[in-house]
Amino acid sequence: MSALVEIQDVNFSYDQRAILNGINMSFGKGKVIAVMGGSGCGKTTLLRLIGGALKPTRGSVKFDGRIIHEMNQRELYEARRKMGVLFQFGALFTDMSVFDNVAFQMREHTNLPEEIIHDLVMLKLHAVGLRGTHAQFPAELSGGMARRVALARTVALDPMLILYDEPFAGLDPISLSVVGQLIRKLNDALGATSVVVTHDVQESLKIVDYVYFIAEGVIVAEGTPDEIRASDKPFVHQFVHGEIDGPIPFQHAGARSYAQDLKVSA
Amino acid sequence: MERTKLDLWVGAFVVAGIAAIVVLALKVGNLSTYNVSETYQVSAHFTNVGGLKPTASVRSAGVLVGRVTSITLDATRYEALVTMTIDKRYQFPIDTFANILTSGLLGEQYIGLLPGGEEEMLAAGSEFKKTQSAIVIEELIGKFMFNKASGAE
Amino acid sequence: MPIAKSLRAVGHRAVNVVWRIGFATRFLYLTLTHSGMSFRRFQLVVKELFASGVMSLIIIGVAGLFVGIVLGLQGYETLKRYGSESALGSLVALSLVRELGPVLAALLFASRAGSAMTAEIGLMKATEQIAAMEMMAVSPIARVIAPRFWAGILSMPLLAAIFSAMGVFGGYVVGVVLIGVDEGSFWSQMQATVDFQHDILNGVLKSFVFGVAVTVIALFEGFDAPPTAEGVSGATTRTVVQSSLAILLLDVILTAFMFRGA
Repeated sequence: MSALVEIQDVNFSYDQRAILNGINMSFGKGKVIAVMGGSGCGKTTLLRLIGGALKPTRGSVKFDGRIIHEMNQRELYEARRKMGVLFQFGALFTDMSVFDNVAFQMREHTNLPEEIIHDLVMLKLHAVGLRGTHAQFPAELSGGMARRVALARTVALDPMLILYDEPFAGLDPISLSVVGQLIRKLNDALGATSVVVTHDVQESLKIVDYVYFIAEGVIVAEGTPDEIRASDKPFVHQFVHGEIDGPIPFQHAGARSYAQDLKVSA
Repeated sequence: MERTKLDLWVGAFVVAGIAAIVVLALKVGNLSTYNVSETYQVSAHFTNVGGLKPTASVRSAGVLVGRVTSITLDATRYEALVTMTIDKRYQFPIDTFANILTSGLLGEQYIGLLPGGEEEMLAAGSEFKKTQSAIVIEELIGKFMFNKASGAE
Repeated sequence: MPIAKSLRAVGHRAVNVVWRIGFATRFLYLTLTHSGMSFRRFQLVVKELFASGVMSLIIIGVAGLFVGIVLGLQGYETLKRYGSESALGSLVALSLVRELGPVLAALLFASRAGSAMTAEIGLMKATEQIAAMEMMAVSPIARVIAPRFWAGILSMPLLAAIFSAMGVFGGYVVGVVLIGVDEGSFWSQMQATVDFQHDILNGVLKSFVFGVAVTVIALFEGFDAPPTAEGVSGATTRTVVQSSLAILLLDVILTAFMFRGA
């Protein structure tokens, strides 16, 4: 099976600061892949590279066989129509109703008549179980509901690739499982490929096919959920079990010693 | 907001704005008397235009008949050359007097036309031969003082 | 090295200003080249006309009326000394149409509609709505910025005209109805001095230029705002300060060109 997204030896640095360092990944069609790592490890940067919002310093990201950063504006927009992105807090358009949010891409990119758009929107809202909210505004929804509406909007045009940026952030346990299940269900129903960037280990291990761990810009571990659970690598063990100290130290001290920072001379 | 309601409000706003411009043009400004009919151009030389300005009115018997379009210095005669447009409905004899007058003591200056008795009418592009310059108050006062001074001797 | 340090600070600021002017110009260029959608789907502009125009109507109308009333009262007191109360109409109308209408309406527009635009776009950016739109292959410049730009520059001349008309009405109420200046001479003096082309059209042109300045500053500041709470509030403040200064500076330049020697 050919890969939908191929990331080859990608380096990215921002203001001299290296964020990603020689990343190689490949996302097969039909799979749900999790990219995990601590906060600030470059996960979101990776998503932005796939979406073409950033350009790698070295290496390349291929989507559907084409190198993204070599596309011109029109080709990039063409490629983005085949992608859906769920942003960290949903990023629903606050000046539009739920219905208009889900209908947004249909109205922008297609010439479908309004009756068909209506049916499609209801279909998508039904898929996330929120048909009843179509007349409400995003501000009137709970965090979990807003995330599900954003999910319906993300899959509005049946994308080939769905990118999730921290889809579980700030959700209660019930909403969290609902969103997790939806990610899996929608991926299978659409025959799409999903990339979930998250630090929620337990939930994502339940739904994904393959996991990459990133720390300090490099892939430190990868494998199927079962392999990850069984892994005895210290980093993975610390991350999966949420231990305070380990390869990632509790203290972020910098170059100076504790005594220097407290201005006490030894 | 519902689309029809939105359209209604925006429509009302645009109409109100355009109405305001129309009111300004017709009621506040002079568009009602502006280029209502065709005009013809005439000119006049004055030894002194005083405070006359372009767009100043041209009146005859107190009625607005035209406007000053430009004021330049005629470099051969060292006199002011004033051109004005006059409404085609009004024709003036060739011996018409063009005077620079002041409305009120300190008001705007305008050109007053005092028609003469000739049969022949002024053609477009021709010139008023008889003119009277603006009364410059400083000169008047100067003359008055001079007369007083010489009378006292 | 205090001198070198303060010199560096001045230089840094100057370079910054030039950079920002450059970015803003490029932003305006992008807005103009991405305006096709605003005209193909005029409903987008209509929605923003409501936000910037209709929502500013009340403050503009009330402010215009009050300014006209004050002009009527103050003008009458001054003109009475020279016995030329009949010139009250010209005084009220000329000051409003040439200066106060365009300038005050633009200042109010900057603080009412301009700040709202900046805050709205800044928040859309902070909540990743702009990024989301970009990822949906919809240009935010075409979909969000351009409709607001056209709505802003269409509203401004209309609002300025409404301001002036309300002001003249206020002057009329005070001068003619309350004080008792002769109604005929009030209007006729006004019509004799206010020239359609020279005064009214120039006033409209001024407000149009102010509209472009305020809208570009407001939209640029919003689009450029750091995506944080302080970033958006700072950008909103900058919008009001910079557009007010821009209005007054442009007014000096435009007045010098339009009303020089006449």
